[in-house]
Amino acid sequence: MKFTLGWLKDHLDTTATLDQITDRLTMLGLEVDGVHNPAEALKAFRVAYVIEAKQHPNADRLRVCRVDTGEGEVQVVCGAPNARTGMKGVFAAEGTFIPGTGITLKPAEIRGEASSGMLVSERELELSDDHEGIIDLTDLNPEIGTPFADVLGLNDPVIEIGLTPNRGDCAGIRGIARDLAAAGLGILKPEPYAGKVPGSFESPIKVHLEAGDACPMFVGRYIRGVKNGPSPAWLQRRLKAIGLRPISALVDITNYFTMDRARPLHVFDADKVHGDIHVRFGRTGETLEALDGRTYTADETMTMVADERVAEAFGGIIGGEPSGCSEATVNIFLESAWFDPIRTAATGRKLGVHSDARYRFERGVDPQSLVSGAEAAAAMILELCGGEASELVIAGKEPAWLRSFEFRPARVQELTGVNVAKAEARQTLEALGFTWHEGCLGVQVAAPSWRPDVHGEADLVEEVIRVHGYDAIPITPLPRLTSLPQPAMTETQARRPRARRALASRGLLEAVTFSFLPKVQAVKFGGGDDALSLINPISAELDQMRPSILPNLLYAAQRNRDRGLRSAGLFEVGPQYRDPSHTGQDLMATGLRWGQAGPRHWAEVPRAVDAFDAKADALAALEAAGAPVATAQIAAEAPGWYHPGQSGSIRLGKVILATFGAIHPAILRDYDIEGAAVGFECFLDRIPLPRAKGGKARPLLKVEALLPVERDFAFLVDAGVTADALARAARQADKAMITDVSVFDLYTGKGVPEGQKSLAIAVTYQPREATLTDEQIEALGEKVVAAVAKATGGTLRG
Amino acid sequence: MALAIDQLRADLLAQVESAASTAALDDVRVSALGRKGAITEQMKTLGQLPADERRAAGQAFNALKDEVAAALEARKAALEAAELEARLATERVDVTLPVRPQPEGRMHPIMQAWDELVAIFGEMGFVIAEGPDIEDDWHNFTALNIGEEHPSRQEMDTFYLTEDADGACPVLRTHTSPVQIRTMLAQEPPIRIIVPGRTFRSDHDATHSPMFHQVEGLVIEEATHMGHLKGTLIEFCRAFFGVQDLPVRFRNSHFPFTEPSAEVDIGCDRSGGGLTIGSGGDWLEILGSGMVHPKVLEYCGIDSGRYQGWAFGMGIERIAMLKYGIPDLRTMYDSDLRWLRHYGFAPLDVPSLLGGLAR
Repeated sequence: MKFTLGWLKDHLDTTATLDQITDRLTMLGLEVDGVHNPAEALKAFRVAYVIEAKQHPNADRLRVCRVDTGEGEVQVVCGAPNARTGMKGVFAAEGTFIPGTGITLKPAEIRGEASSGMLVSERELELSDDHEGIIDLTDLNPEIGTPFADVLGLNDPVIEIGLTPNRGDCAGIRGIARDLAAAGLGILKPEPYAGKVPGSFESPIKVHLEAGDACPMFVGRYIRGVKNGPSPAWLQRRLKAIGLRPISALVDITNYFTMDRARPLHVFDADKVHGDIHVRFGRTGETLEALDGRTYTADETMTMVADERVAEAFGGIIGGEPSGCSEATVNIFLESAWFDPIRTAATGRKLGVHSDARYRFERGVDPQSLVSGAEAAAAMILELCGGEASELVIAGKEPAWLRSFEFRPARVQELTGVNVAKAEARQTLEALGFTWHEGCLGVQVAAPSWRPDVHGEADLVEEVIRVHGYDAIPITPLPRLTSLPQPAMTETQARRPRARRALASRGLLEAVTFSFLPKVQAVKFGGGDDALSLINPISAELDQMRPSILPNLLYAAQRNRDRGLRSAGLFEVGPQYRDPSHTGQDLMATGLRWGQAGPRHWAEVPRAVDAFDAKADALAALEAAGAPVATAQIAAEAPGWYHPGQSGSIRLGKVILATFGAIHPAILRDYDIEGAAVGFECFLDRIPLPRAKGGKARPLLKVEALLPVERDFAFLVDAGVTADALARAARQADKAMITDVSVFDLYTGKGVPEGQKSLAIAVTYQPREATLTDEQIEALGEKVVAAVAKATGGTLRG
Repeated sequence: MALAIDQLRADLLAQVESAASTAALDDVRVSALGRKGAITEQMKTLGQLPADERRAAGQAFNALKDEVAAALEARKAALEAAELEARLATERVDVTLPVRPQPEGRMHPIMQAWDELVAIFGEMGFVIAEGPDIEDDWHNFTALNIGEEHPSRQEMDTFYLTEDADGACPVLRTHTSPVQIRTMLAQEPPIRIIVPGRTFRSDHDATHSPMFHQVEGLVIEEATHMGHLKGTLIEFCRAFFGVQDLPVRFRNSHFPFTEPSAEVDIGCDRSGGGLTIGSGGDWLEILGSGMVHPKVLEYCGIDSGRYQGWAFGMGIERIAMLKYGIPDLRTMYDSDLRWLRHYGFAPLDVPSLLGGLAR
């Protein structure tokens, strides 16, 4: 919403400065988005007097002018045919930037004559395309030295506010003035054009309302014998200042009242209207060429203003070209109606039309403004275009607007902490147009017709406090509920930052990627269900909720590889989506490594990342998040987007805590990733919660006095036997004595038969009461060999 | 005899002194003190001496033996030290070589800001609440007093999922506010929660992302008022931005779920083309807030005659960009490794009020 300071002062008698006004508007909830004074750009241009213009001695088309600039006399060489002695024009001194030419003026010598500064044309000031001659102000005879912006009436700052959707009343300048007056920044002036225009005949056009609540009231007026043409300069200037294009007096007048008091109006060329006006719903397939030159198709939910034959306007949104006014228009029919906000908004959205009328009707036009609007517009039309007005045609009645609420003045302090006296509250509300009624049961406050946004006591409190000023709200510390702060996170929530920081400390970079991805990718990661498809995605790249974070990280890896970053790791801790229910999202810690496991280094040969990097990441994240990884099982099972032979899952019984492995080569091909890439996906919310009982105390440390004994064994086993199965079997050989089994070597090749492998383990025996004898150690070794043989078929390697 | 001993001492000590290595020194030791060594051999002759001379000569030989042994020891220590020094000299490494790679990752600025704001609000007694990203219309709009006709409910801003069996379209929550509703429905006041989380709006340009993060705050008590809202948010802004005298301005605005409503601006300085948070005469909007609308309380079954409260919501990206000086929103989601390394935070930089927020 834009307006000028001068226009505001039509309604507000104030001595406040521009800064005071804009500051106050922002604090009142009418946030000032910008202030622009067009005079600023023109401030270097001032009225000057040509003392003498004589022929240039060396050029036929040039004149040498002596110019009085108000600050002295200069000589200007000028090529304009209208430069002449005794004229007044617009002068720009040396050093001035000329917007129309993009040149900054420098002292010059033109064909032997010195020239300082310039007398400018309208085109050079970008005021018009006129370059026939320099600007001639002789007839206006302004004072020499006057800023040219003042002569143009452009010295009027334009203020733009960002209007919140509740304040339809401030879509009119009068509403803004009313707020400022209530806030003590001046006095609201009487409404201009408030008189009644007597009608001298009965309108030949009648109005029939056939759309129910969509248009409950319509006020019309026939005006005959008008003369349409350009509107007067002051009106054009105002409209231009706020970004509207002047069209003709009749149209400009309707725009004027739209802006001035949020009262959209429309004028039909009465001679192009067939019979009476019917406000009805659209008919399927009905089209209308609108005033913006485009043709729109109506449907049966839209409110149309029609004549006996066809629709002439989309009610409250835009008029039609066929019945629009032109310079030739003689008789008009004026419309001042009320259209339902919700329907207007819906129609506007469907049509994609953003008009000044729609902007106001969808916010709610004052239902009491129909008659006054028709009177005011008629008055201005008669003033500017002549003609003779009919009696008013009033169809329907005002939609109900009167609402009254209990107001307890103490609520202001209870809600805001500010003690506002009852008298001040009353004064504020009354200044805003509310009606205060104090009876035996307390105060009842009725909202004015132009405030459909007010629905209860809390709204009244807001009116009082915003006018009183938010600065008065005290700064009150929030009292603590406990003397020391309690944990802000539950155990489940606290896992996430721990997992994130554990993964970052392993060298992975934390990413944040979108929750959606292309459906074709989702399908490859176990998703793609229609129930998780967006029906209005921004693009086809973002049309499906992600079933996994991996595809987003793969895509990121691809982009980074394209930038030449061929090795790195990323992770993200965030949601993935199973189904659209409230419990259908899983909180994941997911990561991806690609390329080499480390940079090239003088002491270490880099290797490609492999499944064990991903496994280590997964275990680290799970452990940091509190999972009992020591007792977790590893299974060689993972979803289809992993390499089937180089992937696995980390489980607690049937619960899969994580999957990890090399990414399937077919998937890598989709992302154009050559070389290795490995990933992991941890289901953080599946980690069992620690038992609530028992507190934080650790079990007592038991340190054995006797030194443990370590013995190494190498077994030949079938290639399919897992290291975990072998180690587990060895561990079970003597649960009391064997405290640790670790796999330290894997060998295939020379000396190992085809289809077999050699796995070497180190077994730790812990003596408890006495040092182990050689015989005891021997016996334990036999138990280990037997247990491994039984579980895996493995034999001790010779 | 005495003359012979002196000669022997001089010889032996000279040999000790001239031994060039520990091996040569050992030869000297054997030749002097060994079973067939010079001193041993000489001492064997003592028996042939007259008894009166034997005693004195024996003492003299013993003294010589000790002296030579001491000289051997000293020479050995010196030779060993020299040999060690020589060996170490050959073991020199180039300590300017780079260390073995131990790559360290980085925390994303959005998540670091998340951790920071949890640290601040946690100190004030707020606990984290959460809810699903995929919401229903009632929690996301209706219960927040956003009527059917509200513009943000239209397709312009809200992402919808495919219609379910009941004909309803789930929505991607457009704000974290539905968690207010879920919390109030599940819990009796007093309530003091913050809700950091993902939010979604169908807007994609230089300053809007279809997915972003918000943090919501909600306090429901019997007597809490806008002064507490103001006090809490001023404290938060000053702590988060680390500017103790940061100007904070509350001004009237409109949100369907609060009444009265306020937008909150922080002071900034735009002179010189840059943007500095602090006093400088300019204002920067960072969040919306207000007293919870009585209708919202009623939707949640909370007696609006007894309880009242306030709520706020702000964009985590926005405050992170302002604090950390990140110029472009879109880069936040691009996972560019160079960007993550530059703007990311060390994993051990865990924000706390006592230990300090982000470095």
